[in-house]
Amino acid sequence: MLEQELVFEPTVAEPMLPEVFRIQRVKHESYDTFTLILEPSNGRESFPFKAGQFNMLYVYGVGEVPISISGDPNQPEMLVHTTRAVGTVTKAMSELKRGDVIGIRGPFGSSWPIQEAEHHDVVFVAGGIGLAPLRPALYEIIARREKYGRIVLLYGTRSPDDILYHDELEQWRARFDLEVYVTVDYADKSWRGNVGVVTNLIPKAPFDPQHTVALVCGPEVMMRFTAIEFLKRGVSPTSLYLTMERNMKCAIGFCGHCQLGGYFICKDGPVFTYEQMQTLLSLWEV
Amino acid sequence: MQSLDVILREQKIFEGLREEDHKLIAGCAFNTHFEANQYIFREGENADTFYIIRYGTVGLELRNPKGGIITVQTLREGDVLGWSWLFEPYRWTYDAHAISMVRAVALDGRCLRTKCDHDHTLGYELMRRFAHIMVERLQATRMQVLDLYA
Repeated sequence: MLEQELVFEPTVAEPMLPEVFRIQRVKHESYDTFTLILEPSNGRESFPFKAGQFNMLYVYGVGEVPISISGDPNQPEMLVHTTRAVGTVTKAMSELKRGDVIGIRGPFGSSWPIQEAEHHDVVFVAGGIGLAPLRPALYEIIARREKYGRIVLLYGTRSPDDILYHDELEQWRARFDLEVYVTVDYADKSWRGNVGVVTNLIPKAPFDPQHTVALVCGPEVMMRFTAIEFLKRGVSPTSLYLTMERNMKCAIGFCGHCQLGGYFICKDGPVFTYEQMQTLLSLWEV
Repeated sequence: MQSLDVILREQKIFEGLREEDHKLIAGCAFNTHFEANQYIFREGENADTFYIIRYGTVGLELRNPKGGIITVQTLREGDVLGWSWLFEPYRWTYDAHAISMVRAVALDGRCLRTKCDHDHTLGYELMRRFAHIMVERLQATRMQVLDLYA
């Protein structure tokens, strides 16, 4: 078993060698969150990936960080990443401009269960920047809308100023075949929407628990309480998917930085079922 | 048109109560509504009523020491608004603001308190159910305090 686990099956030709991508556009989503739209600069025409996978982004001379892909898998000619400027690398990344280059390794990891969710209601629960890794799955499911039951997006964030993808959320809200509920942790009187944590939305969200696949992304505390609410409603732990974040370094399961229990988050994840994660979810990162 | 008794039986907070309890609770209830932007109650006022929202959105607001008003939670259809009627000194500890037009069933807290004092089985059941709501809201508030998305 151990021997089998150590067999490395690369999905990327040179997984440790960054490819050069050029920044085509930088979009500022909020005061600290930005989206990079990248194009390959080495003759490659597209960057196929699955919804939920991540890349290692290398800011030359500064360092490398794992970031989920947040673009549309049906538009692989464009690579999109949304991130917050919080650490040394992402702060340097936020200062990059159109025409600058960045190194990309990937795509890595497991993906959201897009096909498994067919003929089910699909509930997305995003907390904060957790909407970014879920967006590719939303694109995929919307593109094949007829194959799914109800599609519900529950999105919680800190304040109205922190809402990501504002225009796109408005477009999704305007659709009759999507139900979008946004809540913020606090707001002033100009905000007319929901206030409260995103888990508050689950008890009344319109879905059939017996035929629902839930995709959840956000801080681990939020995911833990979200899972509790889904279980209370009768959603199976095997139909509840989470995306985990740990200190990923090599991204191919060699270095062990992101090991959590018996899993390497980079290789076995980042998308897991709740059943796989339930005993590990509350462990602090070492 | 549904009677108040039927409407109240459908509310989660009253599910599974004894037949006589339903009748008793309906006897303390009346329909009410609030226009958009109207304050349902304000911090410090007497808390003699609580509400079950049937339609619309209510914002629970706190006054910021710096002068502004912060909405800390919104309540919607099916939510219970107010528990200060259960506990001395029976005063509201926040403002409740109708964000949209709100229709609700109001329950006379004094009437229910008197009935609970005489019927401890009903009193215990109501206390248990309100404690559950309070625990859920406390948990939610803790998550807000954690500032998860910072």
